[in-house]
Amino acid sequence: METTSALEKVLRGVALTLVVLFFMFPIVWIFLMSFQTNETILSIPPSVIFTPTLENYQALITGKLQTASGTLDIAFMKNLLNSVFLSVSSVAIALVLGVPAAYAFARHKFRGSEDIAFTLLSFRFAPPLLVLLPLTQYFQWMGLSNTYIGLIWVYQLICLPLILWIVRGYFEDISADVEYAYRIAGHSWFATFRKIALPLAGPGIAAAGLLAFIFAWNNFVFALVLASADKQPVTVGALAFVTASGIQYGQIAAAIVLSITPTLALALYAQRYLVEGLSLGAVKG
Amino acid sequence: MATVAKAARSGSGFKISKRALPYVLSLPALLVCIGILIPFFTAVVYSFQRYRLSQPYARKWNWGENYLTFLTDPGFWNTLKVSLSYAVITVGLELLLGLGIALLLQRRSTINNFVSIMLLLPLMTAPALAALMWKLMTNPGFGILSYLLSLVGIDNFRWASSPDTALLTVVLVDIWVYTPFIMILLLAGLRSLPTQPFEAAALDGVPRSFVFFRITLPMLTPYILTATLFRLLDSIQQFDIIYAMTQGGPGDTLTVFQVEAYLNFFQSTNVGRSAALMIILWAITYTLSNVFIKHWLRLRERARGEA
Repeated sequence: METTSALEKVLRGVALTLVVLFFMFPIVWIFLMSFQTNETILSIPPSVIFTPTLENYQALITGKLQTASGTLDIAFMKNLLNSVFLSVSSVAIALVLGVPAAYAFARHKFRGSEDIAFTLLSFRFAPPLLVLLPLTQYFQWMGLSNTYIGLIWVYQLICLPLILWIVRGYFEDISADVEYAYRIAGHSWFATFRKIALPLAGPGIAAAGLLAFIFAWNNFVFALVLASADKQPVTVGALAFVTASGIQYGQIAAAIVLSITPTLALALYAQRYLVEGLSLGAVKG
Repeated sequence: MATVAKAARSGSGFKISKRALPYVLSLPALLVCIGILIPFFTAVVYSFQRYRLSQPYARKWNWGENYLTFLTDPGFWNTLKVSLSYAVITVGLELLLGLGIALLLQRRSTINNFVSIMLLLPLMTAPALAALMWKLMTNPGFGILSYLLSLVGIDNFRWASSPDTALLTVVLVDIWVYTPFIMILLLAGLRSLPTQPFEAAALDGVPRSFVFFRITLPMLTPYILTATLFRLLDSIQQFDIIYAMTQGGPGDTLTVFQVEAYLNFFQSTNVGRSAALMIILWAITYTLSNVFIKHWLRLRERARGEA
């Protein structure tokens, strides 16, 4: 490793540049496109130098698009709000349900605990449509189709296993001795959990929550199958956007930028925990 | 008396016996998920029925017929072929690329750390939205990639709209999104390897290809296996990228399992066939995930034992 020739340095530099180019170019290009008018986008050769316009964002945010044939309503902001609401509530519920369960799995080796934990984990690996297609019918009977409650419930399939497995790992890393000491001092089980275990596993819980949020936000198939236009998150909304008539390419690009910004920002913020979280702790990062 | 007082104090309000506590704690999470198990069994039932949404009155048990017809159904074999090729091609290429990039970024330096953080961005982009981004870039009219190809003399490259290049296009999007996943797992692996074998090899003047194939690669194998299995499980079920890009088209070029099941359910309303397809995909992923979980448990035990 220490003996790097000049040639190798150059080759490494070239390879690194190509890697960065391939992985960053689409994001940069779509970002640029979101500030272009349709004329700029359609011009050949594509122009890198152009006068940026905020028209696309303006149309999305006001929900009104002026076209030659009149004003067009865009519901994209509604999609964005749906995404925020669905992801935040799903993660909140998954934390309330998942953290105590993770604690139970980490601290108490009870009968069937491994089996239950693996059953929950197996949801992470099962084909979503296997469950979703029959679920559409159940939801119709139960009056849950196209409701936020129904969606948030199904979103638990992504959020719960993730939180359970990551947080369980963090609880396992905390020495049980500290908790015993606190309990011997006469504190209740609940006080021990709240005052000792929770704060110590805090960073892990936060990381799991952030990751669960990203996965919930990025989910596509659940809402595609179970929600109609007014409840759809951005992932599904943006797709409908592409096929809608009268929408311009710049607005699609702007919609994509608005849709991916929250998760990308969170990813940068939580990047230290991503390795462990993405592999459900299979690889300690 | 003393023990009673102690028990009352430690119970503080609500009394849960020590043995019941873990069940009580995990019960809510379980209940939420059990609700999801019911549709799973429903899907099994559907897969053994003749059931079309358009002819609900003609619904009846046909036992294994949905599965038996698959044997002579070219559509099914196409689905199997496309799903397997998609999974093998994407994971194979991502593994090679991911390993290459991880080796490139192995040494800790400001620029390497920066690049590895930047590579998280595609991974955190929703796959469906990533497909839309590439759709805009591969548009035959104004797409930048189509333009770049025309510069090198390839005109009329039709990307996802031609049966010849549709698979290539979605594979490209998959590689863009998921190579960073393999890369960060392998990078974590590379950086956690013990340094002694490498120092010893350097002292002995062992050639670097030898070091790579005889030291690095064998020690990295657990990480490579984990990353590969994780990705295979996801990739064989890919829906978002393919559906957002072409909805399985053109024709039946990209009708992988989940896309085919979705179209069967909502377009041809053939619930029985759709359910049977999902059960077969489930059987494949179940087998794969069992291999994965066994392998993973062994790793976890080894890690715990050494720690």
